[in-house]
Amino acid sequence: MNIFLQQIVNGLVQGSVYALVALGYTMVYGILGLINFAHGEVVMVGAMLSLSSLGLLLGWDVSPLLALPLSVIIAMVGCMALGYGIERVAYRPLRHAPRLAPLITAIGISILLQNLAMMIWGRGYHPFPVLFANTTHSFAGAIISDVQIAIVVLAVLIMAGLMTVVHHTRLGRSMRAVAENQHAAQLMGVDINRVISLTFMLGSALAAIAGLMVSANYGLAHYYMGFLLGLKAFTAAVLGGIGNLRGAMLGGLLLGLIESLGAGYIGDLTGGFLGSNYQDVFAFFVLIAVLVFRPSGLLGERIAERA
Amino acid sequence: MNHTPPTIRGEPVEPLLQLSGISKSFGGLNALSDVNLHIRRGEIYGLIGPNGAGKTTLFNVITGLYQASAGQFEFNGHRYQTGKPHVLAQAGIARTFQNIRLFANLSALENVMIGRHVRTRAGVFGALLRNRKTRAEEQAISQRAQELLRYVGLARSAHTLAKHLSYGEQRRLEIARALATEPLLLALDEPAAGMNATETASLQTLLQSIRETGITVLLIEHDVKLVMGLCDRVAVLDYGKKIAEDVPHKVRNHPAVIAAYLGVGDD
Repeated sequence: MNIFLQQIVNGLVQGSVYALVALGYTMVYGILGLINFAHGEVVMVGAMLSLSSLGLLLGWDVSPLLALPLSVIIAMVGCMALGYGIERVAYRPLRHAPRLAPLITAIGISILLQNLAMMIWGRGYHPFPVLFANTTHSFAGAIISDVQIAIVVLAVLIMAGLMTVVHHTRLGRSMRAVAENQHAAQLMGVDINRVISLTFMLGSALAAIAGLMVSANYGLAHYYMGFLLGLKAFTAAVLGGIGNLRGAMLGGLLLGLIESLGAGYIGDLTGGFLGSNYQDVFAFFVLIAVLVFRPSGLLGERIAERA
Repeated sequence: MNHTPPTIRGEPVEPLLQLSGISKSFGGLNALSDVNLHIRRGEIYGLIGPNGAGKTTLFNVITGLYQASAGQFEFNGHRYQTGKPHVLAQAGIARTFQNIRLFANLSALENVMIGRHVRTRAGVFGALLRNRKTRAEEQAISQRAQELLRYVGLARSAHTLAKHLSYGEQRRLEIARALATEPLLLALDEPAAGMNATETASLQTLLQSIRETGITVLLIEHDVKLVMGLCDRVAVLDYGKKIAEDVPHKVRNHPAVIAAYLGVGDD
């Protein structure tokens, strides 16, 4: 087995998920200048909703081929409603408050959602049902499964779709205008509240899909899964340059690769002193390094350009 | 106050904009006190005054950025509350800014297309799903935006990012964006600021041609030559009060105006 290639494959899969979640952080930051720390919990709720609805549908003998897309849609709609609600309740009343205030409500919402999820779905791990035979393929010494291929392909398609929406539709144009200058956009007749709501809903829909991907890839979901995933996706967004969509995608993929390569080789590098369970260290090492050496991220604009 | 209806060529016309007793104070400071003015349909109306006279404050009240502390605001035959920019944009007041506020990272064309949002309504799902109706509307928006770019002389820069345009081009793009909202009143905040003589001359031609299309123009300007050459009527503000309002050559010789600009002797 080729360890290097295998870690690249793992990194791309994990990175695709990070990228989808990071897009949610970066879209909201781009428009409101706000870190939506509850976004990781939206991913968790997406995973839980899709798992529950999948279980329910399979229990009614719906064919897996139909149950999977249906559960994706249910999770997306649920998360979009959640994202809309979070903005409406926790952020909109504080739009003109000092920046610290919405940051604190974000953390509050995050804790609230975790606890609600624990009450609804319990503390245990929820297994992802086996829908199809998940065959694995090997090429050049690396192994990749059907689920992993599906994750990467789907993520690429979704990101391409998002770029089309942002750059070639009326909604995307409004989003970019609001991001640059809310006041001027308002004077041009752009309904900024609607644009902000739709941005949260769009990000939450991506989060729902990412949640399903994570639980499909690892085969389980848990009420606490959103916390670490959210922090890592936030790291990815910062790495790419927060507020920049391409940056979030690049940052997500890079972070996935850094993590998996780091985890693959840390044992060799430290003579077996540290094992692959130190994987998470890499993400936060990257976060610190970026914040120290290049706070605007890889593709980020200089702060001065933001009014 | 003049109680006979204002006229164009002897026919009575209701004014497009009528301000009565508008005051605005910030804390204890009265930036505007009891300002009355009316702007007639189809005219170019100038607003001048020394620095700090309250021009920009009045302008911000007219375009809805500020809420007046007192007074009445009538536009196009309807009374409006001040302080609601999107409502006034819908009603037909468009503005440009003294310090240009374009969407720097959008192309010139996209900047103008945004201006069409106030007159078009694509549904949320139309925007996402791009059905035929939405596509047709997008097509129309883009076409109209291109016409407007051609009108202000920026046709060839349609796909240039706004931040890469020259200063004079950015000013004209801002005007095109304002025109895209189909305004009845186009309010320009120091459009000639920082322009060289050639740019100012082409601005003057542009404003005249805009007026000929029937759009009323309100102009705040420091460039007295531009104001005197272009405006039908001029109002002068000083310390938040209107001290004169007349045709340009009369305003120029008005004693209060001369006193405000040059100061009064001690005699």
